[in-house]
Amino acid sequence: MLVKQLSIFMENRAGRLAEIARLLGDAGVNIRALSLADTSDFGILRLIVNDVKRAMRILRDSGRTVSLTDVVAVEVPDHPGGLAGVLERLRDANVNVEYMYAFVEKATDNAVVIFRFEDIENALKVLQRAGISVLSAETVSSL
Amino acid sequence: MTIERPSVAIWDPEHECMHVAALRELQRERLKRIVRRLWTNVPYYRQKMQVVGITPSDIRTIEDIHKLPFTTKDDLRLCFPYEAFAAPLEKVVRIHASSGTTGKPTVVGYTRKDMETWTELCARFLVAGGLTSNDIVHIAFSYGLFTGGFGLHYGAERVGAAVIPVSSGRTERQIMIMKDFGSTALVCTPSYAIYLAEVVQNLGVARSDLALRLGFFGGEFWTDQMRREIQDEMLIFATDNYGLSEIIGPGVSGECAYQDGMHIFEDHFYPELIDPDTCQPVDARRGGELVLTTLTKEAIPLVRYRTRDICTLNPEPCPCGRTGVRMSKLSGRSDDMLIIRGVNVFPSQVEEVLLEVKGTLPHYQLVVERCGALDRLEVHVEVSGEFFADEMKQLHEMERTIERKLENMLGLRPVVKLVEPKSLERSEGKAKRVLDKRKDMAP
Repeated sequence: MLVKQLSIFMENRAGRLAEIARLLGDAGVNIRALSLADTSDFGILRLIVNDVKRAMRILRDSGRTVSLTDVVAVEVPDHPGGLAGVLERLRDANVNVEYMYAFVEKATDNAVVIFRFEDIENALKVLQRAGISVLSAETVSSL
Repeated sequence: MTIERPSVAIWDPEHECMHVAALRELQRERLKRIVRRLWTNVPYYRQKMQVVGITPSDIRTIEDIHKLPFTTKDDLRLCFPYEAFAAPLEKVVRIHASSGTTGKPTVVGYTRKDMETWTELCARFLVAGGLTSNDIVHIAFSYGLFTGGFGLHYGAERVGAAVIPVSSGRTERQIMIMKDFGSTALVCTPSYAIYLAEVVQNLGVARSDLALRLGFFGGEFWTDQMRREIQDEMLIFATDNYGLSEIIGPGVSGECAYQDGMHIFEDHFYPELIDPDTCQPVDARRGGELVLTTLTKEAIPLVRYRTRDICTLNPEPCPCGRTGVRMSKLSGRSDDMLIIRGVNVFPSQVEEVLLEVKGTLPHYQLVVERCGALDRLEVHVEVSGEFFADEMKQLHEMERTIERKLENMLGLRPVVKLVEPKSLERSEGKAKRVLDKRKDMAP
């Protein structure tokens, strides 16, 4: 039930993001979701893509520092309070979220939230018990 | 268990405790002989002498050494592989080479007599650091083109100790051998000793299962702090020894039981200290670049070889009775010493800290700038492999950890900046460790 996320180290400089996007675009890799955490000096670009292996190779070959991180993709009803419901369940079970970001599915009425948990196993159990839909890697890359 | 300081023992009292006046006379004679040997047998150095208008007859006193041209690593590269040899190859019985991080390695040779000298000199510092014929010596230096393993091997055998040529690598096996064979003396680099201590602990091997009592460390830059750590963790008496393959390998100098500087074996090597920029002699106590002249080497005699190593020299008599001047631990390399707010900073110190943080060395660069009246040091670290984490928090923590450790070591707090891989300037593939922007702002 885990999804592989690419984490890329980036210096906070003009044009950096464009370079990476172009690199992946030219290689036919489609970006499903992204988030950028940054400080004044550097940032971490986090990507969910349709072809992890290919993206990884392209980025490594271009000399960038990339790592794979296990994240969880959760389907959240796309209406007011949808996200709140999921987060409350997690809070009640004392599950810590390291970071998260979201995107809206095209085909359905749901949003997808990517979570990075401190304790993934426990988080998955809690989500399952609450009947919250966790998407597989295949589903996410074909969205 | 406590660490036992070995009692004073001297392998070759006749030479090691030679009266200073007699030593100077011996050095004078040997210098004259070695200069003549070079003049006759090494056209490369003869030409260097001719350029400055010197012939062997100009060298009469030991002070005359200042008239002679320096020899550098570049000279040895130009002489690759055998042009610097002063003995025909039929007299050479051994060839070693330095690692050669830039281009060609430097090649050194030994005649049978050179091998004998090398063996004796290694025996000298081993005995000075407490070795006896009852010891079992565990040599974890690699055996190969590198001179470390062989030098200490021969020296320890000469003393009559039992030598285990374990060579480097396979740490767990090293520890099993240490335990099963009862190794009493450890020979390796100081950083490997620290690593060994960690692994011993992780394996749950009790210190009482090991018979170790002595450690002979060299081959790299290390600090007194590291010595304390090794002594406390391993409960061994740790001494420092110094050498470089161009001169002879290990056996140029070594510490005695007083652990207060390495006695240079002056009957074989004549030391000078110079200012690396002006090449003028400096006050031995203030420190400078160590320059060595081999007084007895047959295969490759070197006159005024610039080691690029920075140290101080202490001519005070030592309670052990040896008269050879004592050199301090190396404080760095002259090629890249920086002075920031009056503090000497060497890339090697930064390297030590970075190595400590993740166990591997990333590419890094020291950037010095002048902001107003103050110098500011930034350490740029390329983020790759172990140094990358997916979480901001961890990256920030790592920056702060490196800054804190650097502050402890240097006495000034630098700013650590994480940068992308391959973003630091390299020249000919080799990393450029220092970028001193103050020089561009000179009035």
